[in-house]
Amino acid sequence: MSTMLQQAPALVAPPPARTPLARLRWAAADGWVMTKRNMAHVVRAPEEVVIYFTLPIMFVLVFGYVFGSGMALPGGGSYREFLLPGVFAMTMLYGLGATATGVAFDVGRGVVDRFRSMPMARSALVAGRSAADLIRAVLEMSTLVVCGLLVGWQWRNGIGDALAAVGLILLLRFAITWVGIYLGLVVPNPDTVGVIVFPAAFPLTALSNVFVAPELMPDWLGAVSEWNPLSSTVAASRELFGNPGFGGDSWAAQHSLLLAVGWPLVLLAIFVPLSIRRYQKLSR
Amino acid sequence: MTTNDAAIAAEGLRKRYGPRYALDGLDLTVERGVVHGLLGPNGAGKTTAVRILSTLLRFDAGSARVAGYDVVGEADEVRRRIGLTGQYAAVDETLSGRQNLVMFGRLYHLGARQAKRRADELLEQFDLAHAADRSGRTYSGGMRRRLDLAASLILAPEVLFLDEPTTGLDPRSRNDVWDAVRSLVAGGTTVLLTTQYLEEADQLAGRISVIDTGRVVAEGTADELKARIGGDRIEVVVRDAAQLGPAAAVVARIGTAEPELDADTRRVSAPVADRMAALTEAVRELQLAGVVAEDIGLRRPTLDEAFLHLTGHRAEPDVVKETAA
Ligand SMILES: Nc1ncnc2c1ncn2[C@@H]1O[C@H](COP(=O)(O)OP(=O)(O)OP(=O)(O)O)[C@@H](O)[C@H]1O
Ligand SMILES: [Mg+2]
Repeated sequence: MSTMLQQAPALVAPPPARTPLARLRWAAADGWVMTKRNMAHVVRAPEEVVIYFTLPIMFVLVFGYVFGSGMALPGGGSYREFLLPGVFAMTMLYGLGATATGVAFDVGRGVVDRFRSMPMARSALVAGRSAADLIRAVLEMSTLVVCGLLVGWQWRNGIGDALAAVGLILLLRFAITWVGIYLGLVVPNPDTVGVIVFPAAFPLTALSNVFVAPELMPDWLGAVSEWNPLSSTVAASRELFGNPGFGGDSWAAQHSLLLAVGWPLVLLAIFVPLSIRRYQKLSR
Repeated sequence: MTTNDAAIAAEGLRKRYGPRYALDGLDLTVERGVVHGLLGPNGAGKTTAVRILSTLLRFDAGSARVAGYDVVGEADEVRRRIGLTGQYAAVDETLSGRQNLVMFGRLYHLGARQAKRRADELLEQFDLAHAADRSGRTYSGGMRRRLDLAASLILAPEVLFLDEPTTGLDPRSRNDVWDAVRSLVAGGTTVLLTTQYLEEADQLAGRISVIDTGRVVAEGTADELKARIGGDRIEVVVRDAAQLGPAAAVVARIGTAEPELDADTRRVSAPVADRMAALTEAVRELQLAGVVAEDIGLRRPTLDEAFLHLTGHRAEPDVVKETAA
């Protein structure tokens, strides 16, 4: 070790990015390094992968069979077929907890000091988390779809529309990931975050069209439910999958596709900058 | 030397936590290409200073430039030029040693092959090759520190911050770190080293700033500081407490200052100028005076004594200060 530096070749990092384009390129490269870091964590803690798959399977089985029997739909049709797009979106929503806890854990680690003392993109840590969680979401979605098919759910409008629906659900998850990142940064205690998330996410599912068609709710509840971002995604994906239970008279219900794209974009526009700024100010 | 040429130039740094100042007007100038020691007891503000200078922490007043760049306004330029080994290892403990070093190399924007090669070199040089692919969680404390140090040397930094780099290392690893620091400096790096050990500062640092309660209380070369502290001390432990008086008389004749007496441990000590002459003289004179000594020895001043001397008060343990806050 004592001869370390005599042997070491002079290593020079490339010059710093001066143009916005070059900065963007480095931000993407750094974000990708951090994505791979998160994936490597999963490989080294394979019990986490089990969670990726068991939660969706449990959701489909529990909700599909417990609620799936004997609930009526306004326009007729199979309740289980009505329910599954809702379960897809709900699973994505509950990813909020994993994201927030993961971020809170991460910022408590000593390694973040090193990241922050290095000339890397300030956005990399959070961007890497969001990309890794998106990859995780793709795994979860695949599990959900397979389970859904096994319990008798199906898409009826062709593969193109079905993929579009999956895309919308993933878009929602992507937006929710950034909400979770922000939460994890604001409440940097992994235990606290885990406790906060459920009371926040549960009313969102209850006050949505996941389990009950808004038409069957009291007027004001129905209105809240129809404007719920979760409902927009669920309604739009029901329409694209050709499953029963979409539509309605309100503007929100009529334009669920537009809202299913709009809501996540609004969330992203708010929470991406907030999270990056928050990370930069961390523990300074 | 103007402040712009200096590797580190900090003026009047203040950092407040609640009602207390962790740094209370810290001034520090370190010229390029040297090892500068930051010596102080628990809670003196060493880590706070290092975190501010390495752009991790904001401060309330003052200014600081590192490698010629402002740590606030030009933080990215600073980050390109520094390495940091903090008091607690800043590596990803889930990943393996190799994965860590490759990841950091990539984040320094080395190419994939270059990052891998550099990781292999560092693993070899820091004696971690045998554990390269194991999760950092399975590393011993010393191995983790060495990995941390390796990570801060991926690019030879212009300025390297080492916050108590040898705490928790065995003597061999400690020597390895010291050697590494010396060869880095030979290559032109400036090192700011914090330590609680006078000996470590003595071994490595050209100049030393002694800090206490967030301020520099003394600065100079190790020899200058030791001269101020009073150099070596002779220490005599008598068998019979009744003989403390005669022993003190002997020690007083040999020492350069009034001897200190401790009745509980039957101990007499005083600073001396010439180590070996003092020792032989003490043995002879004690014998002549009929004093039976249990132990006679020479020892370096402890950091406590240095503090007593330089600050006029004992180094308070951190706990006491925190409850006082
Ligand atoms: N995050 C914090 N919140 C509150 N007080 C803090 C914080 N960090 C440091 N302090 C206080 O600031 C003072 C200086 O702390 P610092 O960690 O810089 O000391 P140090 O010289 O590095 O000590 P040690 O030798 O124990 O590492 C201490 O009294 C400490 O309690
Ligand atoms: Mg410290």
